Amino acid sequence: MNALEKLLDYFRYPFVWYLLIVGVLVALCASLLGVTLVLKRFSYLGDGLSHVAFGATAIAAVLKVTDRTVIVLPLTVFCAVLLLRLGQNTKVKGDAAIGMISVGALAVGYLLMNVFSVSSNVAGDVCSALFGSTSILTLTLSDVIFSLILSALVIGVFIFFYHKIFALTFDENFARATGVRVELYNLLIAVVIAVVVVLAMDLIGSLLVSALVIFPALSAMRLFSKFRTVTVAACLFSVVCATVGILFAILFETPVGATVVVCNILLLALCTLCGRFVRR
Amino acid sequence: MIQLSCRDLVLGYEGRVVAEPLNFEVKKGDYLAIVGENGSGKSTLLKAILHLHAPLSGTLAFGEGLDRTSIGYLPQRSEVQSDFPASCFEVVLSGALAKCGLRPFYRRSEKKAAVEAMRRLGVYDLRDRSFAELSGGQQQRVLLCRALCSADQMLVLDEPSAGLDAASTNELYRAVARLREEGVTVLMVSHDLPAVFADVTHILHVGEPSFFGTKEEYRARFFDPARREGGRE
Repeated sequence: MNALEKLLDYFRYPFVWYLLIVGVLVALCASLLGVTLVLKRFSYLGDGLSHVAFGATAIAAVLKVTDRTVIVLPLTVFCAVLLLRLGQNTKVKGDAAIGMISVGALAVGYLLMNVFSVSSNVAGDVCSALFGSTSILTLTLSDVIFSLILSALVIGVFIFFYHKIFALTFDENFARATGVRVELYNLLIAVVIAVVVVLAMDLIGSLLVSALVIFPALSAMRLFSKFRTVTVAACLFSVVCATVGILFAILFETPVGATVVVCNILLLALCTLCGRFVRR
Repeated sequence: MIQLSCRDLVLGYEGRVVAEPLNFEVKKGDYLAIVGENGSGKSTLLKAILHLHAPLSGTLAFGEGLDRTSIGYLPQRSEVQSDFPASCFEVVLSGALAKCGLRPFYRRSEKKAAVEAMRRLGVYDLRDRSFAELSGGQQQRVLLCRALCSADQMLVLDEPSAGLDAASTNELYRAVARLREEGVTVLMVSHDLPAVFADVTHILHVGEPSFFGTKEEYRARFFDPARREGGRE
């Protein structure tokens, strides 16, 4: 098998391993929260935040900061908090606020990249920031460790607050009445999404991040009807899609982010079809 | 034993009074129907009891051994997304959340209590079914289980029969009446006084005219709602 040999050959290089590890971690984290986000009608939050992260990346590039995460992470988290507050009780309502901040960030980011460009290939830079960069092929060990730490944090938070997140997703009024601090947990969820977005952005590109959040959850919801089963299935689906997508991308030299998303789309189609026949 | 007493309670938002000074008390095992026009402040009163709303003035005091965490709550019915993935058992168990505090998982005793509550209300067979696929009446009984799971001393129900057909409404009221006979105190906002009149012990009319008393007193003062089907909303 030519393709198999080629694949085995690639596995001699550490960057392929790094890519797989980071990819699977990112997919896992994104899909964990996906179910809640989709059900709470928060899907747009992930999308809006990814645009913010793009803008922040541009700012970091202009300021010539070497470790961009130092700027991108706090700025995205800040906007997550801001968007959640705006979504609740101000004059600018949720969807308008998201539109305002996300498109604004996109425009400012592109403008900054153009005006203060340091590289000769602005279009290439922008494209890679939006659709996933090729720099993932140069992931270093420290990138992998950083991803590991953030992922562990996200997964830990999710498991620790799983039942609260369920109650909050299912019935916010009831949760509030029984003394759950709803605002606090909403905030926590927003912050975690921000972290996931930043984590996922380099791999898959800021425009495609929300695909990792939404697709696995939707696929799992086609087949299962328990919250726990859906969550577990979403994680499995996401990890499988990420693995298959990344391997395919390496073998056939397609863009990683888009390939992973296409895998997710195909899986959703499959799940929708299966869901028609065997609804459990 | 008095579980809840209100003295000169005035409710409102941003200084605007929505409910006249309310005076009433609830004893253990009472079944209080809270009635009144739309917008008279019935739901606001429930929110105040649940500490979700601060009264403008007056006092609202819980009796011995009772605080907000010993009140089970059945919120006003809202549509559940048709593909929301949640089994009935997951929904019922989430009632025990208040007892958890920061503890991330449920205790075995809490799971047992959830099973117990489901048996009590005859929805145990539905435990693995998807909540969203149930009928409105079944959903309300499952949510009643959830309320029981969070507290079994006092239940606060906000228009539990809204949007249900007659058969499901009757079934739900029978379930509530059964719980009351087992010693649970019930406070219920209702639009449908005739339907619950047989079961309740006390009536609180919020708004004009303000009234609180036993149902016999209510009957003597106003009319007999049981004889006038759908007479007074």
